[in-house]
Amino acid sequence: MALLELRNVTRRFGDFAAVDDVSLSIEAGEFFTLLGPSGSGKTTILRMIAGFEFPDAGQVLLDGKDLADIPAEKRPIHTVFQSYALFPHLTVAENISFPLRMAHREPADIRQHLKDALEQVHLDAKAGKFPHELSGGEKQRVALARALVNRPRLLLLDESLAALDAKLREEMQVELINLQREVGITFVFVTHAQAEALALSHRIAVINRGKVEQVDEPARLYGFPRNRFVADFIGQITMIPAQVEQVGHGHLHLKVDGLGEIVTPLQQGVAAGDRGVFAIRPEQVRIGVQAELAELKNHFSGEVLSLLYQGDVSVYRVGLTNGTMIEALLPNSAPGRAELFKVGAEIRVGWRHDAGVFLHE
Amino acid sequence: MRRGPWLWTAALAAYAFLYLPLTIVVIYSFNDSRLNAEWVGFTWHWYHDLFHDEDMLIAAGNSLLIASVASLSATLLGTMAGLAIHRYDLKLLNFMVLAPVAMPEILLGVSLLLFFIQVLNLTLGMLSIVLAHITFSIGFVAVIVRAQLTSIDESLFEAARDLGASPWETFRYVTFPLILPAVIAGGLMAFTLSIDDFVVTFFTAGVGVQTLPLRIYSMIKIAVTPEVNAVSTLLMLLTLCMIVLASRFAPDVLKGKT
Ligand SMILES: Nc1ncnc2c1ncn2[C@@H]1O[C@H](COP(=O)(O)OP(=O)(O)O)[C@@H](O)[C@H]1O
Ligand SMILES: [Mg+2]
Repeated sequence: MALLELRNVTRRFGDFAAVDDVSLSIEAGEFFTLLGPSGSGKTTILRMIAGFEFPDAGQVLLDGKDLADIPAEKRPIHTVFQSYALFPHLTVAENISFPLRMAHREPADIRQHLKDALEQVHLDAKAGKFPHELSGGEKQRVALARALVNRPRLLLLDESLAALDAKLREEMQVELINLQREVGITFVFVTHAQAEALALSHRIAVINRGKVEQVDEPARLYGFPRNRFVADFIGQITMIPAQVEQVGHGHLHLKVDGLGEIVTPLQQGVAAGDRGVFAIRPEQVRIGVQAELAELKNHFSGEVLSLLYQGDVSVYRVGLTNGTMIEALLPNSAPGRAELFKVGAEIRVGWRHDAGVFLHE
Repeated sequence: MRRGPWLWTAALAAYAFLYLPLTIVVIYSFNDSRLNAEWVGFTWHWYHDLFHDEDMLIAAGNSLLIASVASLSATLLGTMAGLAIHRYDLKLLNFMVLAPVAMPEILLGVSLLLFFIQVLNLTLGMLSIVLAHITFSIGFVAVIVRAQLTSIDESLFEAARDLGASPWETFRYVTFPLILPAVIAGGLMAFTLSIDDFVVTFFTAGVGVQTLPLRIYSMIKIAVTPEVNAVSTLLMLLTLCMIVLASRFAPDVLKGKT
């Protein structure tokens, strides 16, 4: 049985459904992420799990038991708030031991847990400090320690890393992964940053306008987005309008106006005549002269429109003969040779027959 | 913007307007003459008289008692009102608690008098004064407490619940410590309002009870002796202490930073 289950949960504010018929199933020990643009309903979902909002329809179940009548303070679920919400009148130690005191644990027990928690987040030296004396990263760690100290079944994190600067955020990402593995507690993490979601999660639910668009492991989500929203929201992708010409053995044959035929892997639920887009990631696209790409199933003529040098990689934009534009990403493995092809150069672009996906309109 | 000298002059005039009369009262309380007319010499005489004036001491005792009881009760009720206004965000509730703050005192005095006599059938005295003072102090406390609550991050209260605190524990361990400075400041304000109130007290005191302001009034009806200056000076000093204390406890609220 799943640890946490959302069954057809809807939450309306006035006429507006902030969360619209959402069903999710989260397993024990998972690092599960809700990913979506700002305003898509992620926080509202989290607040219903925590017990600060209540569904207008549907159920939230923990271990198969409906949480409807269980108030926030009785749920074995803790939250790391976006603002950290550290109590300003309490020291680091008092903040972290707060949930233990509320659970009426023995003083000796509290001391032991506090000590362990402080060690776990490397804050032993800051125990007597007040929140306003801490750096952003330290506040973050206090909030984590406080939420984890009495071992909740579930930890909710709302945009927890958003307030940190880029470098610190990367460090905290690593810490978060390690911490989750160490404590073995199920994490439900909310973010609008797709790279963060991909880096941290076991599974990701992509949320858009209160609905779940897709739930998958990061690599599957990236490689096989189910629709245009997911494809566009996660990573870079080029989309070319296309129609399914033929459903073959293991392959789809797509027709692109003014370009020709594209071969791409077979997908379920696709029939000849379907209209949509062919979507391909820039790193799957190769560019070169005719001979280099000859062994690829798909290759076309194009012209280099622009080149963005980014140090580790160069991003080429290539105009195809039918007027569509495709992005190609080339690693700069030979230093000093950034500009392999000049803007305006006539070249070939190509990709393997197992690259890309067809997405319905 | 460049501040011209006229601004300084204007400010100086305003402060002089505010503080000159008070300063004169204080100075003449040390004047060795029965008349508030010309400076004769320094003396503690009037303070000595003051502390041997039986009626004055009784009035002072009454004032302190009334102010203590009224400010404690107003603090309790005003804090609850402030919490309720914040929690339910009701415009009407807010207005109703603030109205007595802005209402002309004489109106409040008259209506309380009628209420006590005609509705409650109360004999005017200590009790009616205390009730009246509570009435006009609640609003001040409520406003200060509410201002403090507004400045607190709402997620702190949710965090407390989230971490296992019942609603009562949330109040006990989070809300209350965070609003305590405002509660104390509100209480001190209520105390100063009560101890130097004249108008409302005048209407609700009846015949038997004297407070300091009432006593001062009845003294100057006969003649303004420097004893009045002395008691006014002491009252001023007490008020000043209270305000300084209050602004130490809730600096943001009283500095208009909310
Ligand atoms: N208490 C509320 N009252 C009215 N509208 C709300 C409330 N909470 C959230 N919303 C609306 O619901 C939508 C989803 O909000 P939220 O869950 O915070 O999104 P996210 O966390 O994905 O940014 C937003 O349009 C927001 O304005
Ligand atoms: Mg949010």
